[in-house]
Amino acid sequence: MAAEIVRERWKGKVFEMMLGREPHTVRVGGDTSLPFMHFEGTTVRPVTALEVQDVAPADWPAVLRAPFAGVLEDPAAWAKRCVELGADLVALRLAGAHPENGDADAGAVAAVARRVAEAVDVPLIVLGCGLEEKDARILPAVAEALEGRNCLLGQATMDNYKAVVAGCLAYGHGVVATSPLDINLAKQLNILITEMNLPPDRIAMDPSIGPLGYGIEYAYSIIERKRLGALSGDRMLAQPVICLVGEESWKTKETQAGDISEWGDQERRAVLWEAMTAVTLALAGGSIFVFRHPDSLTRFNRTIDALMHQQVY
Amino acid sequence: MALTGLAIYKLLPKTNCKDCGQATCLAFAMQLAAGKASLEACPHVSAEAREALGAASEPPVALVRIGREGRVLEIGNETVLFRHDKRFVHPPGIGIIVADTLDDDRLTARISAINRLSFDRLGQIHGVDLVALAYDSADPARYLRALRQVLSQTELNLGLLCPDPDVAGRALAEAEERKPFLYAADEGNLETMVDLAHRYGIALAVRGRDLAELAVLAEKAIKLGHKQLLLDSGAREPAQVLADQTQIRRLAIKKRFRPFGFPTVCLAAGEDAVLAAAVYVAKYAGVVLIDTTDPAEILPLITWRLNVYTDPQKPIAIEAKVYEVGNPGPEAPVFLTTNFSLTYFCVMGDIESARVPAFILPVDTDGTSVLTAWAAGKLTPEKIGAFLETSGIGARVNHRRLIIPGGLAAMSGKLREVIGWEIIVGPRESAAIPAFLKELQ
Ligand code: SF4
Repeated sequence: MAAEIVRERWKGKVFEMMLGREPHTVRVGGDTSLPFMHFEGTTVRPVTALEVQDVAPADWPAVLRAPFAGVLEDPAAWAKRCVELGADLVALRLAGAHPENGDADAGAVAAVARRVAEAVDVPLIVLGCGLEEKDARILPAVAEALEGRNCLLGQATMDNYKAVVAGCLAYGHGVVATSPLDINLAKQLNILITEMNLPPDRIAMDPSIGPLGYGIEYAYSIIERKRLGALSGDRMLAQPVICLVGEESWKTKETQAGDISEWGDQERRAVLWEAMTAVTLALAGGSIFVFRHPDSLTRFNRTIDALMHQQVY
Repeated sequence: MALTGLAIYKLLPKTNCKDCGQATCLAFAMQLAAGKASLEACPHVSAEAREALGAASEPPVALVRIGREGRVLEIGNETVLFRHDKRFVHPPGIGIIVADTLDDDRLTARISAINRLSFDRLGQIHGVDLVALAYDSADPARYLRALRQVLSQTELNLGLLCPDPDVAGRALAEAEERKPFLYAADEGNLETMVDLAHRYGIALAVRGRDLAELAVLAEKAIKLGHKQLLLDSGAREPAQVLADQTQIRRLAIKKRFRPFGFPTVCLAAGEDAVLAAAVYVAKYAGVVLIDTTDPAEILPLITWRLNVYTDPQKPIAIEAKVYEVGNPGPEAPVFLTTNFSLTYFCVMGDIESARVPAFILPVDTDGTSVLTAWAAGKLTPEKIGAFLETSGIGARVNHRRLIIPGGLAAMSGKLREVIGWEIIVGPRESAAIPAFLKELQ
């Protein structure tokens, strides 16, 4: 009895999205198979971003601050460091717009975004402070300040998407559509956004992942189901998935706790926590990964290199 | 090979007696064909029918047991390709490779490092399952000496990575009581290895150079009468391992290809072995072997295994009522959180690790986290007040102090007005709860 290789035939594909401007564009999505099943279709290599914040983060542990020593107070220099460290994109988190963290206004954060954009050539992702109301006010200004850079702006939710998407439409950006861990809500948000005439290939889905140990399995299965949906031809589940692995991983006690003998060295453990969160979600079908620690990004990339090898059958 | 539901139905008694739990014989036949039921459930099936049903009546992936009674590692019996289709059932065993070339002292150190690889997660201990002793020395005496040391220094289950049947036979004579698995039978030693495994009633790994050879060898082993097998396609490159694992699972489930109806064994090696191991844990490994004793590597891997093998049908929301941690008295602190199961379990775990008895009140927010619920207007002072009232917490404590998540600091004034309790703003992240509780006391 011979083993006959089983090849799935899919009719759909993940939307392909181009970010940034020539000659520094980055391609995201476009996959025609389950992740890394090279024998039955194309897997497009997932892309990486490193996170930069507009104000120096107060709650980052020393092992996370160390790689950015000297630039944490200067988002533009920090962004340059990210590119040197190998990030395909830079993700600017406008944490300083949060009312409890400085309450910077739209004009101020737009100026920071412009400075960061001038410092690097790679495409940008710009994320607000996470408060839906505030983000609805600041992101349109950011969109205008970054006109022509073809960025990804977010996070647009069910409650604030209109303002965010309007900014993207007016100034030529894509949008990060964020929904709680629920595939139907993700789909509904995609529909609402495309009804505003943003093309379906200008959306990245953010499933609000939980990190390793804290709900990653929900995100893993939702991303896997989205990929299966995309491959089966559902155009409202076919947007590339973005995973904020850095932000989520560095909240856990496993990354925050110092060197303790039962858990081993903090830096190695924390880096692996972030890298494993990313590798497993790439295996589910994630396309864009936003990291905090450069070593996590390096380890992720090495593993993806290995998974991108052709298979022999 | 795979039988259709109708073909199976023809072989059943057709009495519709319902003893199998299904309404009709046909319904039962359909369940069998889909791999969702076992023929055992029908007490009336004839011996001839049982024979004829053969493959269709067996689970698509056999259950394989490693280890002695009381500590058995059960793997296999999986029925799906994606955990969201139903669930993954038996978490893969994680085995640490130990070379027999280590001298006695280093071997002792390594075994004790392996014994320490266990972690408390929400009150449960999770650790590695196996010590896999590799016959690298090419010196039988050295292997047996190392084996005796392993046997006396750990209670963990064993794998004998020893393709030399002579040495394996001598090792098994000493380790028989542990019921180790034996790795691996290949083209050159298949018959003697099967014979050994059979004699000792243990699981045997079969290794091919590729999937095609693996199928041939596994079929031979089955014909020789051994059905406790583990499969190794010989691949070591992560991309090829992932593809082979996928093919083995697809063929077992979709095609009922008998030679691949067994759990697999994967070896993760290299600089990023633990990340490759995480890939294999998600994609179908029955046993993952890895060469590290670093808790910083094993803790994330074990956590990932736990996550992938949780039941996806487990509700994302828990019931909104008063929960107790420890044995809280009337003075115990009262924590407010949401009924998103993960939020709740984090808070619970962190209070537990602080060893302070407390009450937890998870408000019904449709299973969303604190910030999501707040942003969506599902966590208002009025709603919290109503829940406090109906929960009956007021009668169980002699104080009126409510600890709220740091993310809700902005509503503390309003909340105090509405519910009339003193509000204490707790930390934003539950991980900071132990430190917070220390300060509070
Ligand atoms: S127990 Fe057997 S005979 Fe009775 S209904 Fe089920 S399949 Fe039919």
